[in-house]
Amino acid sequence: MKTIQTVPFTGTKEQEQQLLAWLDDHADEDGIALQSLQMTQQIYGYIPKEAMITIATVTGIPLSELYGITTFYSQFRLFPIGEYKISVCLGTACYVKGTQAVLDKLISTLGVEEGETTPDGKFSLETCRCIGACGLAPVITINDDVYGRLTANEVERILANY
Amino acid sequence: MSENVTLTINGISVTVPSDATIIEAAFKAGVRIPTLCYLKDLNAIGACRICLVEVAGARGFQAACVAPVADGMVVNTNTPALRNSRKGTLELILSNHRSDCLSCPKNTECELQSLCYEYDVDMYKYGNTDPEPDIDDSAVHLIRDNSKCILCRRCTAACEKNQHVSVIGLSQRGYDTHIGSAFEMPLSETSCVHCGQCIVVCPTGALTERDDTDKVWAALDDPTKHVVIAPAPSVRAQLGECFGMPIGTNVEGKLAAALRRLGFDNVFDVDTAADLTILEEGTELLHRVKEGGPFPLITSCSPGWIKFCEYYFPEFVPNLSSCKSPQQMFGALTKSYFAEKIEKDPKDIFVVSVMPCTAKKFEITRDHQSANGVPDIDVSITTRELASMIKRAGIMFDKLEDEKFDDVFGIASGAGHIFGATGGVMEAALRTVVEIVTEQKPESLEFTDVRGVEAIKEAEYDLNGLVVKVAVTSGLENAYKLLNMIKNGEKEYHFVEIMACPGGCVNGGGQPTQSGFVRSTIDLRAERAKALYNEDIGMELRTSHENPTIKELYETYLEEPGSHRAHELLHTEYMTREIYK
Repeated sequence: MKTIQTVPFTGTKEQEQQLLAWLDDHADEDGIALQSLQMTQQIYGYIPKEAMITIATVTGIPLSELYGITTFYSQFRLFPIGEYKISVCLGTACYVKGTQAVLDKLISTLGVEEGETTPDGKFSLETCRCIGACGLAPVITINDDVYGRLTANEVERILANY
Repeated sequence: MSENVTLTINGISVTVPSDATIIEAAFKAGVRIPTLCYLKDLNAIGACRICLVEVAGARGFQAACVAPVADGMVVNTNTPALRNSRKGTLELILSNHRSDCLSCPKNTECELQSLCYEYDVDMYKYGNTDPEPDIDDSAVHLIRDNSKCILCRRCTAACEKNQHVSVIGLSQRGYDTHIGSAFEMPLSETSCVHCGQCIVVCPTGALTERDDTDKVWAALDDPTKHVVIAPAPSVRAQLGECFGMPIGTNVEGKLAAALRRLGFDNVFDVDTAADLTILEEGTELLHRVKEGGPFPLITSCSPGWIKFCEYYFPEFVPNLSSCKSPQQMFGALTKSYFAEKIEKDPKDIFVVSVMPCTAKKFEITRDHQSANGVPDIDVSITTRELASMIKRAGIMFDKLEDEKFDDVFGIASGAGHIFGATGGVMEAALRTVVEIVTEQKPESLEFTDVRGVEAIKEAEYDLNGLVVKVAVTSGLENAYKLLNMIKNGEKEYHFVEIMACPGGCVNGGGQPTQSGFVRSTIDLRAERAKALYNEDIGMELRTSHENPTIKELYETYLEEPGSHRAHELLHTEYMTREIYK
């Protein structure tokens, strides 16, 4: 069975008040599930489980349905963006040059899947399609740093810089 | 009122209401359109693409479960193109379905399997591409294996629409789409109430009950154990289905005989304990009438309902009857009264119950269900599990001569039998309470107002000036509606019966598998209940308080209903729970 680990919740009282106030104004409207999730992401930068439970409790929309919507649309994030955002290019050039092996190594080293953030909030792991540096394939970026002509063996050394 | 329209299906003319769908019209015309996701009144979403039909003049095939009928419509369900389409769809479903059919618990009862057989499907059209098992076995009552799930969404529909629980839903999308709980929580960490309604609608082996029969075999093979078994009221009305008998066949005599042949030291009947429940619960009702509440008193026989109440209506927990369920009363008395009778240490008595219910597997693990220092019940198996034991033991069930249950807990009244259908507990209670209050037999023992499958049934009885208002409901979505009406003061009752499963135990989560086609064309709830009401009407003993076993029990052991000893053995406590932790 697939399991996901959540990042410790660091939401503030103000953020919760903001969400509750919005829900208070809109709870009776039809079809607010999607909007309430968009509002949550605007407030928190992602959709924390705690905020989703608040929506479920206030609106009566089951948590399973909110989770279903969140995981259906790629606009939603279940994890905050980490301090360092790792983007692995899966564009054609990088892919044929073996970027999958680099991604696999990142997944096993960090212990998180694509789209997730390490529990300490340090790294988030994402994939992207072509950053226009095909000459350096395979490429990853960590925030603004670009690493090219990579092999899986170099992953640990690079991560140690952060 | 919608108007009627007439259409032609495979050349057969049929008239149906204008808001019907093609599949409803086809069933009426005697044409079976195959489907894997459709369930009447519950799930019509066009997901499985098996029910595609040709409609003259329409572009492309139409999904019959969602396509509305129209006057003069010409439909064909059996053309070469459709047969080819269905076969292709089935082969695609198989390409990521783990097909371990020979060791699958749903083997021979799987709707996917039988359709693949009908359509002469090539199981390995796309090679041997079986996914790895993807199992959640965290819950006490069921196993989910998503590698056998075909995403028909019947389970999520049952969970949401019938039961108002919604602990499972559809997550992710595209190839990653799967059934699961929010944040991929194991089912045991959600507010699942263990009703098993998801299991009985699952067309494949993705959802099955946790099989506890090995524990029963082990006890039977253990010479130090005195092994006792007793079936619930509704088991006798459904077990026959597992042996090819018509729905609604009462097999009580064969059931007792089969249990004896399996080697149980005593074969008892939970129905006797159902009679006992009426005496205890009736006394509790009269006590509350005297004390002025709290009203309504709500029945506590259905463990799925109890857990639902603890999660979703904690304010009604004080209204729950403190009576244990008949299963637990039976276990408690077997390990006290009966243990003393046969001079055995309760630790050496192993009690098995056969239940229409998967929530009973949870109930036996609850606190305050171990009256004599040992669990009241050791193992609770479903009707389906019992059928598999009978088959494995080589017992020719249909050839068995009828036998009776053993003496100590072997006699039950008609009131005890009807416990298995919605309204049955209420009717059984009324038969006794009316006689106690009015000090005379009611004119008729049939309280038909509380029978049937309507969502919420109400009745009012004037007992020599004491007006008793009652309500009966089943299915937790209906319970949710009823309790909200009581909560906001719209309705007032003295006594309410709630059963978790729609139609009561006869449609319980542990009952024999019936295909979506059967479920969509027959009202299982009503047909199965008939077996219980027919048994009741043919009986001389029809009220719980006249049951000689119960009388003897009170005279020699329990003293009187609601006594100190009765409270120790037969009553329990509840808690409140949080939906989201």
